[in-house]
Amino acid sequence: MTYETHEYDVLVVGAGGAGLRAAIEASAGGVKVGLICKSLLGKAHTVMAEGGIAAALANVDDRDSWKVHFADTMRGGQYVNNWRMAELHAREAPDRVRELEAWGAVFDRTSDGRILQRNFGGHRYPRLAHVGDRTGLEMIRTLQDHGVHRGLDVHMEFTVVAVLTTDGRAAGVFGYERERGRFKLFRSAAVILATGGLGRAYRITSNSWEGTGDGHSLAYRAGAQLIDMEFIQFHPTGMIWPPSVQGILVTEGVRGEGGVLRNKEGRRFMFDEIPEPYRNQTADNEEEGWRYTQGDKTARRPPELLTRDHVARCINREVKEGRGSPHGGVFLDISWIKTRIQNAEDHIKRKLPSMYHQFKQLADIDITSEPMEVGPTTHYVMGGVLVDADTQMSTVPGLFAAGECAAGINGANRLGGNSLSDLLVFGKRAGEHAAIFARENQRGAVDGAAVESAARDALAPFESGRTENPYAIQHDLQDAMQRLVGIVRLEDEMREALGVLEILKRRAAMAAVHGHREYNPGWHTALDLGHLLTVSEAIARCALERKESRGGHFREDHPEKAAEFATINMAVRQSADGTMELRRLPIPEMPAELRQVIEEQK
Amino acid sequence: MQQATFRVWRGEGKTGQFRDYTTDIVPGMVVLDAIHRIQATQATDLACRWNCKAGKCGSCSAEINGKPRLMCMTRLNQLPLDQPVTVEPMRAFPPIRDLVTDVSWNFEVKKKIKPFQPRRPDAPDGTWRMAQADVDRVQEFRKCIECFLCQDVCHVLREHAMHEQFIGPRFLVYAAALEMHPLDSADRLTGLKDDHGIGYCNITGCCTKVCPEHITITENAIIPLKERVVDQFYDPVRKLLRVFSS
Ligand SMILES: Cc1cc2nc3c(=O)[nH]c(=O)nc-3n(C[C@H](O)[C@H](O)[C@H](O)COP(=O)(O)OP(=O)(O)OC[C@H]3O[C@@H](n4cnc5c(N)ncnc54)[C@H](O)[C@@H]3O)c2cc1C
Ligand code: SF4
Ligand code: SF4
Ligand code: FES
Repeated sequence: MTYETHEYDVLVVGAGGAGLRAAIEASAGGVKVGLICKSLLGKAHTVMAEGGIAAALANVDDRDSWKVHFADTMRGGQYVNNWRMAELHAREAPDRVRELEAWGAVFDRTSDGRILQRNFGGHRYPRLAHVGDRTGLEMIRTLQDHGVHRGLDVHMEFTVVAVLTTDGRAAGVFGYERERGRFKLFRSAAVILATGGLGRAYRITSNSWEGTGDGHSLAYRAGAQLIDMEFIQFHPTGMIWPPSVQGILVTEGVRGEGGVLRNKEGRRFMFDEIPEPYRNQTADNEEEGWRYTQGDKTARRPPELLTRDHVARCINREVKEGRGSPHGGVFLDISWIKTRIQNAEDHIKRKLPSMYHQFKQLADIDITSEPMEVGPTTHYVMGGVLVDADTQMSTVPGLFAAGECAAGINGANRLGGNSLSDLLVFGKRAGEHAAIFARENQRGAVDGAAVESAARDALAPFESGRTENPYAIQHDLQDAMQRLVGIVRLEDEMREALGVLEILKRRAAMAAVHGHREYNPGWHTALDLGHLLTVSEAIARCALERKESRGGHFREDHPEKAAEFATINMAVRQSADGTMELRRLPIPEMPAELRQVIEEQK
Repeated sequence: MQQATFRVWRGEGKTGQFRDYTTDIVPGMVVLDAIHRIQATQATDLACRWNCKAGKCGSCSAEINGKPRLMCMTRLNQLPLDQPVTVEPMRAFPPIRDLVTDVSWNFEVKKKIKPFQPRRPDAPDGTWRMAQADVDRVQEFRKCIECFLCQDVCHVLREHAMHEQFIGPRFLVYAAALEMHPLDSADRLTGLKDDHGIGYCNITGCCTKVCPEHITITENAIIPLKERVVDQFYDPVRKLLRVFSS
């Protein structure tokens, strides 16, 4: 087998917000940094983020502070978060946002010229720094343009198929160029995984083809642990009609700007059920809710801005009980604000320009004059690689993870806007600590046999005698996960899902590819299957074991929270015989100061 | 079920030919959906780029019935389906395979443009103050999703292949975003004139017409930059001042 070899001190896999921020920081640490991504630079998932970056800048409401942000994040995550990560995140996010401005990002402004912040679900005060509804684009472009002048080596359209380890330590990665199909070996003292999410395990998703859980599965195979895999975020508002746009996201910013949810009877059904922990903070009438979205500090937030897990379930309920919209969702209406403000049409187009275009072009709907039809879509995974809160290193020395593929900060449910800030805060930390690790440790030797075997596995789909269409397998997997391990879960269905996954594994071993290695999407799809199968199994196993409902995980057969599960995280790792081993990790006790912060914010 | 035929470019490097694929279509479909369907059922190795499927990432650029467009934002109901829909790669870039082209030149060009350099912070806490009205203009330019459709259509690059001399509309927009950034203090005018070839643009406006982000590239970005270049280099008073100050 022939392959080129490249050597770095720190190698970053993934060029979304987390990977770029990590690479910039590692480079600032004075080491040689390589950056790898599956797509072209600037196209990672982060580019699609819309609503904003959560950070307690307190520009719009001076009552905000890291403490409130911390308490909001823990409450949103139903207290199974890694409290240390939630603390670091809340404390450091404001500096990370200001740093973006110093690197050229242009956020929307307050009337006194500072960074404007908007309301979002679960955030007590207006907290999301944003640029209309294209915040992710602003963020990725700023980082990308800043990064390329920092001496990073970027390898675009390159897929990593294995993280290599030597004596239990990260030694580099192996993969192929998508364009030519050639293999390359990257040796490095530290590897940072920043590969994003796994929404592609579901049929209805806001995620791009890249979201196949590669980093999760690469880390798992390299011996790291994954936690919280049962916690999947189903975003309440995805497009549902026409069929070809199903799953495309409708930003929560629509509700932040005053958009309301109604069922087919025209009822604001979100007022019907307000969870206890939020009752004090939630408006009990439409008037108060409206005042809140317009910045009235004495008003409480409308129930449309409750956490995503709750809103998604309420929508699900309305549809199930026959009160849904014609195409099986509910109505999201922003056009109604014209009864309250002048020039509503211009206001909507200015605040939500890409939503306006998205609906106009893809669904023939003018959101300034008619309601949208929306329903839940698989959006984000709270679970991921178990990492140390301060350094982001996994349990495998030299292997780091940051961003959506790492776990901890979000607990059972992520608040909107907390991902972009997570990418910045922990991307930076991962880069910093990986650089330190690389300075203190030599590059490990690479095991030639492991490389050969990774190459053989990657080429297997070209062997003759195979019959399965990789796209069909992917489709069947997405269908099974959507049906059996979706928003509402049941023991029997999840057992069935595990059975289906076993069959799909056997089919994936027979996946066939036509043509050759140059830019062959059939081949790429075949190789993604392994990752999708691993993460799907992890989701199903953890979900089966957590016999309660919490955040993004809802069990119809165990609809309440259970004390037994309030103090643990589910963890999986690969056992010696290759099977998935499930464990419960106790959550360390929260220090008194942080407990007090939470009490004060109740 | 309704069907439509797509005449898709299948190629390896410079050689290739169109091939027809007929596929089922459902309401609301965009060209990218059709390509995906063909990929999943008839041509598993059909190469194309895409990510967001919502006009946000600028990956899926192609020429559809001869027009540079995003595949994910081109609805089938806006195309005549009684004849085959042609889908081919952007022709101004070297072809790699099928609908995928080599756009790496764009990434190299960008590196040559002087990066953002902020003025000293306005406030003691290291932050700046900017009015919304002052950022509106650059925000228009910063909407760019780097689809490179404007580069594809610009005759200076497409017909005259002046990639060495001219950075193309995308990077004039980029330069404008930096030049008009309220905080920026770097000077890019010499570069624009001497290295980036702003003079080669003869304001045909073709780039503006294809921009999926509706950036008014020519009027708002290129013309003001050209004016600044003229002011700086060809204004006799300024020229004199420069002579004295150097
Ligand atoms: C439509 C949408 C809107 C959103 N809006 C918001 C919002 O307003 N606020 C918010 O906070 N969050 C939002 N999110 C969530 C947020 O955007 C994501 O969680 C976040 O961008 C993930 O960033 P990341 O850096 O972890 O990974 P990504 O941006 O997903 O990047 C992953 C990178 O890893 C690379 N990669 C993956 N696998 C491999 C491999 N095997 N080999 C090589 N490279 C690989 C990819 O090519 C890519 O470069 C939104 C998400 C979506 C889908
Ligand atoms: S206006 Fe200038 S940059 Fe735009 S297409 Fe015409 S010549 Fe090219
Ligand atoms: S300026 Fe418009 S057409 Fe050109 S790359 Fe940017 S978004 Fe595409
Ligand atoms: S896929 Fe992102 S712009 Fe078309």
